[in-house]
Amino acid sequence: MAILTCEDLSFAYEGRSVLESVSFSLEAGSYLCVVGENGSGKSTLIKGLLGLKAPDGGKISFGEGLKSTEIGYLPQQTQLQRDFPASVNEVVLSGCLNSLGRRLHYSKADRLRARENMERMGIEDIGEESYQALSGGQQQRVLLARALCATKKLLLLDEPVTGLDPIATGEMYNLIKLVNLCDNITVIMVSHDIHEAVRYATHILHLGHKQLFFGTAAAYKESDLARRFLGGNRI
Amino acid sequence: MTEIINMLSYHFMQRALIVGVLVSLCAALLGVSLVLKRYSMIGDGLSHVGFGALAIASALNLAPLAVAVPTVIVAAVLLLRLSRNSRVKGDAAIAIISSSALAIGVISVSLTTGMNTEVSSYMFGSILSLSRSDAVLSVLLSAAVLLLFVLFYPRIFAVTFDENFSRATGTRTGVYNTLLAVLTAVTVVLGMRMMGALLISSLIIFPALSAMRLCRSFKAVILSAAIISVLCFLAGVMASYFLETPTGASIVVANLLVFAILSLAGKRT
Ligand SMILES: Nc1ncnc2c1ncn2[C@@H]1O[C@H](COP(=O)(O)OP(=O)(O)O)[C@@H](O)[C@H]1O
Ligand SMILES: [Mg+2]
Repeated sequence: MAILTCEDLSFAYEGRSVLESVSFSLEAGSYLCVVGENGSGKSTLIKGLLGLKAPDGGKISFGEGLKSTEIGYLPQQTQLQRDFPASVNEVVLSGCLNSLGRRLHYSKADRLRARENMERMGIEDIGEESYQALSGGQQQRVLLARALCATKKLLLLDEPVTGLDPIATGEMYNLIKLVNLCDNITVIMVSHDIHEAVRYATHILHLGHKQLFFGTAAAYKESDLARRFLGGNRI
Repeated sequence: MTEIINMLSYHFMQRALIVGVLVSLCAALLGVSLVLKRYSMIGDGLSHVGFGALAIASALNLAPLAVAVPTVIVAAVLLLRLSRNSRVKGDAAIAIISSSALAIGVISVSLTTGMNTEVSSYMFGSILSLSRSDAVLSVLLSAAVLLLFVLFYPRIFAVTFDENFSRATGTRTGVYNTLLAVLTAVTVVLGMRMMGALLISSLIIFPALSAMRLCRSFKAVILSAAIISVLCFLAGVMASYFLETPTGASIVVANLLVFAILSLAGKRT
């Protein structure tokens, strides 16, 4: 059974359509890369899946017992404030927000989960440090740890490596792939880098105000669309 | 020392100190969230609405707090809506509402009682203006503000830090934004009696800014803002008692000094 199914989704801002006829379905454990040019509607789709933006038409359904509030989200960087005073511990722990339920404060189990996810991301030693003072790569690992606190099943990552140096980028890709393989967490990642996308992902969704391609990464490599985008040289 | 004991022997002083400490605490806690969410101007707008409400209440001979608290709460929710609506410029909306409220207040004052000491205490604050029933109500309301803040602390942090993430994981962020606005409204009205409409917003903004110079984690910023706010309040009250300066202005100057010192110290290191 699919963990996520989209049927003929469309989105609009103030009546102006930005994304149309998106239909795809994803098995649990898949790794989907969403590619497309700037402004093609990638972030909009992610916000739609998170319930932050209501679709203009169509339907989103979750399977495998996934609730829409149990998705781990790593937002596109520009959306966070630069000068916010918060320690790494505080940021990661806030990922447990959806397990509060009727409780008012975090439990021991929540704190333990935050700790474990910090260890997985290799940031357990900088828990007391200020989030804003970290390097870009460390900040993204903190946000990934927070996202992991919020989910056991599905991660949505919006351009998680944009602005990182090559080493931090490689580390981030490896961490995401590790989470996908070892914990069987389904990953949906928006990416600029099509070359890296086809290397790591199992599936590709190519957007350009509508769905241009959906299929396996292997099939995408063979498509005319990919050939045009990859600049002629086959991978 | 004896002079301080002497000062504390006045009933009105005891009342003012208790209410003042509680309101300073509320203002500091809320201030951190408001400053970080870029809502600092809302405090300023609300103080003018509060002045208008108090002036009308005094013109109609109604209980001041009973009129001002609900009016300012409604204004707070309205301002929050307006500042999130992309179509109206948020700061322009606040300016319109606050100057209109001020104008209505001034007109109703000039048509009825004229500029008396009561009205001037709304403008510039007066530690003497607190009646016994006002003081009881103030203590209850500020205790409620503190309690709600502590109870919902994890959610307030999450909504302040990253509203989208909180909303995506099922938190009704609108509820917590409204809660912040309502708590701010109550704090502004209570603080106005002592600080005055013109100065209350600095009670909200200054401790938060000072604490952000000092600390790097949210909890530490909240705690030090609370401590700075209470200490500056006490310093301001002392100064106003011994030097006979206006209370509200003295508290603002104490806050300004702390902020200046921390800013300079921060530049050094
Ligand atoms: N809040 C918004 N209001 C109006 N238009 C928007 C808003 N957010 C995005 N858009 C428009 O929607 C289109 C898709 O944006 P987005 O999903 O952010 O693209 P991407 O993430 O692929 O770069 C763009 O043309 C953008 O200008
Ligand atoms: Mg985007």
